[in-house]
Amino acid sequence: MPAGALTKKRPLGDRSFQVIALAAGLLVLVILVLIAVSTGQQASLWFTSQGWKIFSTTWNPANNQFGALAFIYGTAITAAIAIVMAVPVSVGIALLLTEVVPRRWARPVVTVIDLLAVVPSVVWGLWGILVFAPWLQRIYTSIGNGVDGIPVLGSLFGPPVSGASFFTAGIILAFMITPIVTSLSREVIATTPTIDKEGAYALGATRLEMIRGTVWPHSKGGVTGAVLLGLGRAMGETIAAALVIGSSATITSHLFAPGYNMPSVIANQFGEASGVFRSALMGLGVLLFAFTIIINIVARGIVERSARRQRGA
Amino acid sequence: MAVTTEPGNIDLREPKGWRRTKNRTATALMVLSLVLVIIPLGFVLFTVIAKGASAINWSFLTGSIPPNVAPADEGGIGPAVVGTIEITALATVMAVPLGVLGAVYLNEYGGRNWLSALIGFMSDVMTGVPSIIMGLFIFSIWVLHFGYSGLAGALALGCLMLPIVIRSTYEMLRLVPNSLREGSYALGATKSRVTMTVVLPAAIGGIVSGALLAVARAAGETAPLLFTILTVTTVNRNVFSGPNTSLPSLIFVNASSPYVGAQARGWGAALTLIAIAFILMVVARLITARFARYAQ
Amino acid sequence: METPEQNIVTNLPRLETAIHVDAERAEAPLGATVFDAQSVSIWYSAFKAVTNVSLTIHEREITAFIGPSGCGKTTVLRTLNRMNDLIPGARVEGDVHYRGESLYAASVSPIAVRRRIGMVFQKPNPFPKSIYDNVAYGPRINGERNKAKLDEIVEKSLRGAALWDEVKDRLNKSGLGLSGGQAQRLCIARTLAVEPDVVLMDEPCSALDPIATGAIEDLMHEIKSRYTIVIVTHNMQQATRVSDRTAFYSVLRDEKSDTRTGVLVEYGRTEQIFNDPRDERTKAYVTGRMG
Repeated sequence: MPAGALTKKRPLGDRSFQVIALAAGLLVLVILVLIAVSTGQQASLWFTSQGWKIFSTTWNPANNQFGALAFIYGTAITAAIAIVMAVPVSVGIALLLTEVVPRRWARPVVTVIDLLAVVPSVVWGLWGILVFAPWLQRIYTSIGNGVDGIPVLGSLFGPPVSGASFFTAGIILAFMITPIVTSLSREVIATTPTIDKEGAYALGATRLEMIRGTVWPHSKGGVTGAVLLGLGRAMGETIAAALVIGSSATITSHLFAPGYNMPSVIANQFGEASGVFRSALMGLGVLLFAFTIIINIVARGIVERSARRQRGA
Repeated sequence: MAVTTEPGNIDLREPKGWRRTKNRTATALMVLSLVLVIIPLGFVLFTVIAKGASAINWSFLTGSIPPNVAPADEGGIGPAVVGTIEITALATVMAVPLGVLGAVYLNEYGGRNWLSALIGFMSDVMTGVPSIIMGLFIFSIWVLHFGYSGLAGALALGCLMLPIVIRSTYEMLRLVPNSLREGSYALGATKSRVTMTVVLPAAIGGIVSGALLAVARAAGETAPLLFTILTVTTVNRNVFSGPNTSLPSLIFVNASSPYVGAQARGWGAALTLIAIAFILMVVARLITARFARYAQ
Repeated sequence: METPEQNIVTNLPRLETAIHVDAERAEAPLGATVFDAQSVSIWYSAFKAVTNVSLTIHEREITAFIGPSGCGKTTVLRTLNRMNDLIPGARVEGDVHYRGESLYAASVSPIAVRRRIGMVFQKPNPFPKSIYDNVAYGPRINGERNKAKLDEIVEKSLRGAALWDEVKDRLNKSGLGLSGGQAQRLCIARTLAVEPDVVLMDEPCSALDPIATGAIEDLMHEIKSRYTIVIVTHNMQQATRVSDRTAFYSVLRDEKSDTRTGVLVEYGRTEQIFNDPRDERTKAYVTGRMG
């Protein structure tokens, strides 16, 4: 064998490939950092010119007033409504798929969920504003008239009512976040060890009792993570909300009243904005980015930790 | 309640009373959840199909966009269709190779090291970033310097697609059995060769399927395009310069228009968009069923 | 588990076979040294998998590694073509020379090593490609592009693996559609296609039925004149049937740390290992009292 036949430097192509793959992976981190830096820089004018007034309740571009509280409130309210509606339904479907439905029927049910996920945001918005909102308006009006004057209910559901409102946005957001909460919950629930479930059944438990005794304690953490991810999604979902929320920057307890949230005002008003106005909208974007990143990190952390606990167990 | 075992007295029927009721109620609630989801889905799809179907024909899909006041049977959405195809295609061409390479790094090179754990984690976090942020981002670093263009929109959509492609590709690569890699190494292949000639081909079905779903997602997005393509109504075949339009952008504009004609065109565009997304989803499923050898 | 009495009875025919075959082999001259391992110990992170192995493998011989499970025979085998490199935390102490060159010198490329020293695995692992592309894979990554040349190599390798007649009409069908024995012969053909110097086999027949096993063993005899073969096997009869030399490994238990480390107990001509084992442990294993 010729001397040195076994020695050959690692081919250039092989090394380059590794470098390129690494660079592609790093791109994720780079983009996230760039997002923070570039939007933050664009928003700085808002912070510097408004100071702490950025959290005031007055948003009046004509008067150079850019207080964001109304939008933060709106984001919180619509997301809360969406979560309250979507979580029981999503977890219910997830349990249905893993515990109730026989194998053969699982596929069609999953298809329904996939179809729900594939409807684009703008189509939800189109249907929402042209069909759903007018229909809801009639319902809101009757409820509103019914509870008008009653202490708590009246301030929540009493007039003013409008088809395009916080509540409508919340419902549509609920539709939109159901797929992700369902599929993630389902993944978590499906990892419940069969031994545990069989143990419960062997003691004569009904299905509900088995779920409460074994599936739920096991999946609590992961489902919480899934819910948080849904929350993040509800906060950031833009176009559907923009079309049905009513575009009124007011803080009110009346859920059937028109309102506004962070992504919607950005979507609707960015086109005509300039100077401090535009910077303010960027600032809202920065806030939204920060909120959703934090929520997602916490949520993914919870999901990962519960998955790791299961793998180790 | 003690269980008696005297002969002739064994009761094997369902537990009576509140236990059974609670169980049945729970099951009913679960089924109700499904119904609560099917109803709006059915409602939306039905409405879109009912209102959109009458508008769709070849001249609609290719005709130019008339002013909003124009009646329903006039004009079409041609520029929007072209725009969606151009911009989504460009975004795909950018995001998919980078996403696949990123996943290759995570699964083939990164292993358990901290960097790949961080990248994988942050990539998942990135899928939760609202799409409007991608639009604001590209506006800040690109549009302000280079103006509105289909390319800017594609960049924003690409940012959206990247983490989705990374995650789905990574899951597919994980499923490729290690024995294939060993067989390739044993023949004297370098790591890049092993990856390119054995691992990627083995996972290609799942990778393509995942990419198609990312494309479907991107095609339906409006928010990233709002500040990057500056929705216009004329067709722009040059995706690299000048403002553009897309199906979701058109729908967004028409949805807030009071004119019936514009709304009707909006429904037609919505049906077109849903049809595209649906076709991509079906094709992705078919590919998974036939070609994703190692999935499931 | 056989009783000692049954052992003696069943051992007799085995001894006869071993002696009979070796009468021919004893005539062959000692081939050149292909592998020379000196005091090789192999670690997986903090775990010592194999300790202090020294042996030499000779050209154009079939050397068998036998021993109970966990004794490190596969680990040592994979050290010969640097496949252990793929396991994070794997470390080799001591030296392995291949035809005079150190395999673990810093300047040595594992890629170059593996092109010369091929490997067939326990479970057949054909690529999800056509039969043709499976066999042509190795030459292709070595740069061969000429279609006619590739056709020639594919046919030659498939013939060499005694598979040609069975698959020549369906070369572009998937390699995954073959039976276990055919798939393993495909993997052998794939290995032969790069024209290695050595073929390492890690329990190549353990996933196969007896007929397929017989076919592989016949194949080994055929290709022996061109390649040096090292085979790990847990089947002692197979070792006696095919190998010229046998290395018996066993497990060293450390009571204190409760670890098991592989160790080379005895190495010699196959007929000597089976008929006249020098070490008690070897004798216990080959007569079936242990393992």
